[in-house]
Amino acid sequence: MSDASSSEAHVVLREVSLAFGRRRVFDGLSCSFPRGAISVILGGSGAGKSTVLRLIGRLQRPDRGEIFVAGQEITRLSDRRVNEVRGRLGMMFQGGALLDSLSVFENVALPLREREHRGDVAQEVRRRLEAVGLPDAGPLLPSQLSGGMVKRVALARALVGDPEIVLCDEPFSGLDPVNVRRVEALLERLARDLGITLIVTSHHIASSRRMAEQIVFLQDGRAVVGTPAELEASPDRRIGDFFRADGEGPFTLPEGAAA
Amino acid sequence: MTASPVRDFVVGLFVLGGLGAIAYLSFSVGGLSYRGPVGMQLVAKFDEIGGLRVRAPVVIAGVKVGQVKQIDLDPDTSRARVVLDVDPTLKLPIDTTAAIRTSGVLGDKFLALEPGAEEETLKPGEEIGRTESALSLENLINKFVVNSGEEKSKK
Amino acid sequence: MRVPFVEDTGLRALQFIEELGKTALFMGGILRSLVLPPVRVRRFVNELYDIGVLSLLLVGGSGIAVGMVLGLQGYNTLVRFGAEQSLGAVVGLAVIRELGPVLTGLLVTGRAGSAMAAEIGSMVTNEQLDGLRMMAIDPMHLVVTPKMVAMTAVMPLLSAIFTCASIFGGWLVGVQLLGLDGGVYLSSLEDAVDFNDDVLGSLLKAVVFGALVGLIATFRGYHARRSAAGVSAATTSTVVVSSVAILIVDYFITALWGV
Repeated sequence: MSDASSSEAHVVLREVSLAFGRRRVFDGLSCSFPRGAISVILGGSGAGKSTVLRLIGRLQRPDRGEIFVAGQEITRLSDRRVNEVRGRLGMMFQGGALLDSLSVFENVALPLREREHRGDVAQEVRRRLEAVGLPDAGPLLPSQLSGGMVKRVALARALVGDPEIVLCDEPFSGLDPVNVRRVEALLERLARDLGITLIVTSHHIASSRRMAEQIVFLQDGRAVVGTPAELEASPDRRIGDFFRADGEGPFTLPEGAAA
Repeated sequence: MTASPVRDFVVGLFVLGGLGAIAYLSFSVGGLSYRGPVGMQLVAKFDEIGGLRVRAPVVIAGVKVGQVKQIDLDPDTSRARVVLDVDPTLKLPIDTTAAIRTSGVLGDKFLALEPGAEEETLKPGEEIGRTESALSLENLINKFVVNSGEEKSKK
Repeated sequence: MRVPFVEDTGLRALQFIEELGKTALFMGGILRSLVLPPVRVRRFVNELYDIGVLSLLLVGGSGIAVGMVLGLQGYNTLVRFGAEQSLGAVVGLAVIRELGPVLTGLLVTGRAGSAMAAEIGSMVTNEQLDGLRMMAIDPMHLVVTPKMVAMTAVMPLLSAIFTCASIFGGWLVGVQLLGLDGGVYLSSLEDAVDFNDDVLGSLLKAVVFGALVGLIATFRGYHARRSAAGVSAATTSTVVVSSVAILIVDYFITALWGV
């Protein structure tokens, strides 16, 4: 369906099934994310967008199926080996997940300090904060930041370990249109300049259409994969509706409208 | 992670204060210094100890100098054998008297030492020969009721 | 034939056993973190501040108040038997053996244990702990263990401070207000209290209560559901479970140790 799948896959989910209690989230989900590309995961609320990212980071284990990250199958790895894989991953959480008690500087420095980074921690942190356009935010506490700034600091923190793959959970949620464009441009530049494989979950149709090289549409516990244009022209009415409804969200999905 | 010298100083003060409180309770209130091998142990035997208990204070002229460490029965003589733990710097003549006394009317029993006049002093582990048993309230009442002038066992 | 009451009881029992098992695993995780480097001195000191210094006024003030009440009640009762010289012993033994460690445990549970559960619970809800995991940092090591250890270390200090404050409160009432001789008060206290039997037992109780509260608070916070309601449920159950646990364990230490 897509030419993106023909290039080398960096992250692969194969026949993944997962249920929370009686609620089946995935039922034989398979999809792959090409190296160096921006993939956007779309779907209604409760479709399991964030759960895909959590599976890739092994914050969640599937009931069945295999997950490959950079060629390594992770579902059965020991905790120590998982941490080696996580060293190649960066994750930007929806709410930022910054530690409240630490300054912005210390938050970004944390992974470096924990890994006993050899080299100038301060300089590395400054470089990352500059890259996200917040060179002076270092001494601030997370509670003093606006929503957009939190997202950018979280992105800076996700980048400090020079990850190959960056997972972004709802990077545009709660942002005004100006900040949406700003974060979007930042992500695009990162993927392009650093050659990072970017996997983004989003509700935001307009930005997804602009930045995505591949879209993974989650529906009924499975994935429909394609380019934005392909999905828009999908014969499945629900997918088409999702795209045309744009920011409003689809009304016909059984789970209800996207927030 | 963020260091603050003032906060660290306050934490230091807090820990010192807490340890000070523990030390006060242990040494001053709990009398930790009187215990252990540093104390001098003496033995005294009584016909009647009448409610004297382990840890009861040992005093000389009203000043606390130690405490009762152990009480058991001497199987040969059927008398009460009391082990005292007292300040080792004390110089007690060998004719010292050990008496069980009561503080207040219903108060606790304690052990009073009354130093004698001999030159020779008691060494650790030795026995205090002269003892005065406890005056039991029952015996006193008995005495009045029976009105007998007979002296009960008293040394 | 189905007997709902029996089924219900059986289910509760199973849940209780499961909870115990989870707590044991959790405790194992803390012990493992204790021996793994690095030693988190900075975190530990900050926790000492949050738990200890911030509880100091509450604990000290309550201690004086309890001592004053004991002084008044004790004096009024003892004076009927002409035994008011024993006031120091009554106040001292009651506070050292029972009230000091127990009331300090309850106060610290309300003041710091609840805050600890709420803090960890909100870190779960805001994905801060997941954020740490993605940076290959074990949240047990960075967040949970310093809190638990600090709680265990602080409790005997606070309990001793409470006890001294109570002895002072009893002295205020007995000596300053009711005209008892100061020397009599103190010597009756010193004669009655033994280090091995009373003071050591008091410290033992405080250490056990500290470990209990620390374990319950961190466990409840760590296993909080991901919502505001989950955090508040964790906080409430921390206070309830810790308080009941303190009272029950107090009985057993008293019975077994003769404290």
